Amino acid sequence: MFSNRYIFIYSSVMVIIVAAILSAAASFLKPYQERNIREEKVRNILASADIPSTKADAEDLFQMHIVKEIVVDLKGDVLSVYENGKLQQGEVRAFEINLRKEQKIKEAYLLNESQKAPGFPLYVCEKEGKTYYIIPLRGKGLWGPLYGNIAFDDDMNTIFGANFSHDKETPGLGSEIATSEFADQFEGKTIFDSDMNFVSVKVVKGGVANSNINISHGVDAISGGTITSNGVTDMIEDCLGNYVEYIKKQK
Amino acid sequence: MSTEKVKREPLFSTKYRKLLTIPIGKNNPITVQVLGVCSALAVTVKLEPAFVMALSVVVVLTIANVLISLLRNGIPPRIRIIVQLVVIAALVILVDQVLKAFAYDVSKQLSVFVGLIITNCIIMGRLEAFAMANKPWDSFLDGLGNAAGYGVILIIVAFFRELLGSGTIWGIQVIPQGFYDFGYKDNGLMILPPMALIVVGVIIWVQRSRNKELIEEN
Repeated sequence: MFSNRYIFIYSSVMVIIVAAILSAAASFLKPYQERNIREEKVRNILASADIPSTKADAEDLFQMHIVKEIVVDLKGDVLSVYENGKLQQGEVRAFEINLRKEQKIKEAYLLNESQKAPGFPLYVCEKEGKTYYIIPLRGKGLWGPLYGNIAFDDDMNTIFGANFSHDKETPGLGSEIATSEFADQFEGKTIFDSDMNFVSVKVVKGGVANSNINISHGVDAISGGTITSNGVTDMIEDCLGNYVEYIKKQK
Repeated sequence: MSTEKVKREPLFSTKYRKLLTIPIGKNNPITVQVLGVCSALAVTVKLEPAFVMALSVVVVLTIANVLISLLRNGIPPRIRIIVQLVVIAALVILVDQVLKAFAYDVSKQLSVFVGLIITNCIIMGRLEAFAMANKPWDSFLDGLGNAAGYGVILIIVAFFRELLGSGTIWGIQVIPQGFYDFGYKDNGLMILPPMALIVVGVIIWVQRSRNKELIEEN
């Protein structure tokens, strides 16, 4: 029979071999996966401004429609501008910004103002002679991160379009946020009230019609996906909040 | 299965062919053993994810069966389930990573279900019941046969669900616009998981009415 010693050695060797194989595979496949993720980011940004794209033409459409990329800080100052294929001001292109990192920097910054200030990306999109402003979102769902993009009309208040995606929300429940039925509800909603106070757009459990939230600041939540829906509410409020000062300065 | 007598059997002898074909038909993991039904409900709304899922299970089960069969004499019985799980989990992670790199859209649609191949009882069942006691080539055929039996049912179910639920096959519209003009509507119920159960039920009914051996006595 097998001794304990044998069992220990057997399992250790097995685990080491498996770990080596998996990490080799992960590092070999990483560039391909990152290309897919980048491509999806491009397509999602375009989709929020209602520009349909395919894998092949996404990069071209992005260059054609996204005429300017801006990075703004919490005080509403512009940190960098990327236009006509090169940086006009600042050091980093909005597209290259990792929202997750900036959110961490923001947390540290809010505790201590002397820390490095976070910068948040804003895309300026031209389509059929109209200008839209696209803000990317990132937040927490039930099982993992949520992502989204919201496109605003040129008043930076009325939502023109939105889309959401997620990594691992429950299929059929929370994952419904990625459907156009959910995202289309956001069209025409406004994030400021009549006195220019930031109120965001809430995802309301039980339906906006049955709540005391103004119809222009709320959408219906997903049945059975309450935590994901709340995650979307928090994500929108948290991410759009970063741009309030910038938007007010533009008025 | 006698393994001692097999010395120089041709690669596709009757016995080997049976190992491959019996799980596809008469001893099908889904319709006869009723295993792995939950993933069959989840990924069969459209043909493409069903096909990718079937392919993933074929890859995982076949390789896992062969690996476990090669290792079978060295695996300490006390930790055999753990060893089997490590092999399956490693293969599933590999499949998931490959899908993320080369079939990103499908991997998004399949989401958690690729990871859940680990818990697919067909795979653990074959490793424990077959690969631990048989030679690699037998195990290879057994794994391939069982995974194919699972895959065939998945693809049949997905074909009907996509055709009746969305009017498409592999994303291509097959029901002509004229039908819709006359008031034909896609059956939205087919998209919901319970209808997969009903389609599986119909397949079981058809299979048993053609093959009386499968009907239980009482």
